[in-house]
Amino acid sequence: MTNIASQDKQTPPALSRPVVNASAAATANRPDAKSKIVAKDVDFYYGDFHALKKINIVVPEHQVTALIGPSGCGKSTFLRTLNRMNDLIDGTRLTGSITLDGADIYDRSREVVGLRKQVGMVFQKPNPFPMTIFDNICYGPRIHGIRNRKLLDEVVERTLRGAALWDEVKDKLHKSAFALSGGQQQRLCIARVLAVEPDVILMDEPCSALDPNSTFRIEQLMEDLRGHYTIVIVTHNMQQAARVSQQTGFFLRGELREFDDTSTIFTNPSDEETEAYVSGRFG
Amino acid sequence: MTTTPINAPAASPASPKKLVFPKASFSILYGDRIYAAITFLASLSIFGIIVWLAVQLSQASGASIHKFGWSYITQSNWDETKDIYGILPYIFGTLYSSFLALLIAVPISIGSAVFLSELAPKWLRTPMTFLIELLAAIPSVVYGLWGIFVMLPWLKTHVMNPISHAHPHNKFALWLFDVFFSGNPYGPSMLAAGLILSIMVIPFITAVTRDILKAIPRSQREGSYALGATQWETISQVVFPYAKSGIVGAVMLGLGRALGETMAVTMLIGNQSPGTPTGISFSLFQPGYTMASALANKFTEAAQGINTSALAEIGLVLFFVTIVVNMAARLLVFYTAKDVAGGK
Repeated sequence: MTNIASQDKQTPPALSRPVVNASAAATANRPDAKSKIVAKDVDFYYGDFHALKKINIVVPEHQVTALIGPSGCGKSTFLRTLNRMNDLIDGTRLTGSITLDGADIYDRSREVVGLRKQVGMVFQKPNPFPMTIFDNICYGPRIHGIRNRKLLDEVVERTLRGAALWDEVKDKLHKSAFALSGGQQQRLCIARVLAVEPDVILMDEPCSALDPNSTFRIEQLMEDLRGHYTIVIVTHNMQQAARVSQQTGFFLRGELREFDDTSTIFTNPSDEETEAYVSGRFG
Repeated sequence: MTTTPINAPAASPASPKKLVFPKASFSILYGDRIYAAITFLASLSIFGIIVWLAVQLSQASGASIHKFGWSYITQSNWDETKDIYGILPYIFGTLYSSFLALLIAVPISIGSAVFLSELAPKWLRTPMTFLIELLAAIPSVVYGLWGIFVMLPWLKTHVMNPISHAHPHNKFALWLFDVFFSGNPYGPSMLAAGLILSIMVIPFITAVTRDILKAIPRSQREGSYALGATQWETISQVVFPYAKSGIVGAVMLGLGRALGETMAVTMLIGNQSPGTPTGISFSLFQPGYTMASALANKFTEAAQGINTSALAEIGLVLFFVTIVVNMAARLLVFYTAKDVAGGK
């Protein structure tokens, strides 16, 4: 782990996002993208079930990394290891290491609350809390100690604008979040994540419960957010992966079969099964 | 009837429509209607029993209602020799003992429900849940017996005697003593009744609250944890608001039980007037009555006529009190459920 950390320090931070280039090598070798998350030989078990097998992946900073694969391939499980969400499930076990900015997130001394503040998550089904829109957004800042009403007002407006929801809800901030449409609720959940100012945003099939129009808006949003956040998205929708991501990893039966630039994965994959999957022959 | 010709290629596994279905049968034609009628009768019988009970109680208490009117529930004398009947102290005793029971039971129940559903390690969960459900299955006379032989002596020596021998000095403590700890600590008392009731309703409130907490979608908890919330923040700020209406319902269920509980309370409450002119005392050490315990105590010796009628009216009042409490609970659940969504 320590050697990965020191490698990170030698890599200069990217000033601007590199142009995606089909001929570019995989991110790990790309000199201008700083690696944000590094998973090394990650194995994961639900009880006896071996859900992830020797996953090695390097997630570059300020890019969208898509994880695709058929149902049950382990992509969501892997995503949930990145903010230790799987800790909540009884009988799970992880070996190997995952580092965020060079620090092991499964280290004993690592505070999981702080990790989850740094690594936000958007879920498959919008899950607003049973509160007002305003309180939903303030939930995160408040539990992390921000009480100043003026500051909270600012946070609410900024994050709602950031999630492209402000114009639709600015007059009903103190109405129930449950009154919003599914797409609006999902954008609210994104705003809620933005409000704790994470570095990384994990998205677990964020559009699978939404109509095409809402999906389009959230994809646009990802494009806007990319400059400031590192995004990892799990998706069933291959067109979506192709549209929004710069890096794509293909999971199959708990293994990461191929990880490369999105354009490479979709136009010139080296793994046979990746090719079969992205061309729609199975899955 | 159409049958497949023998020389048709019926053997092909992909060939569709090989089965010959019978014509509409009796059960297809009438089954649903018969089923609906039977279930309707079943539910009608419940409704019928309630109405019948109310009618019978009203008829039986007719003489008493006619004679005493509202004074039956507003005055405090119950005197068989003079044929004067008033049940204000019984109503008070019922409400007060149930209130005491909830005061003790609600925090304990909600605490243990949270522990069981959110915090307890898996190996502890099942046995603890089982124990709590077992507690609910113990007959109330056993609670009463335990109360008399174990709880009362203990209460007397360790709680009541020390308190009544204390000498408070400041005004507030004096007032407190006057209101809540006056009277001789004989044992059978409001305190004993409230305590035994609380022990009896704890399993109900705990079990229902735990089920409600378990039913809260995991996505709610995960949403909170994913923002970096601690377990406490998640439970107190996300889980509880979501479960609010259900927990109110659970508490009301407990209250409903406490109001009607008879045997154990009869054994522990003393069944005598606390000796105040109104028959009402907030003192925890004084004996008292509840409507249920008064009924259980008096019906064996009741004389024909107005006495029996007055007893029946206790039943009627208790019937109404429990109905009102249950309706209030429904309303409360309805309004808090509306509130859960957070709208203002």
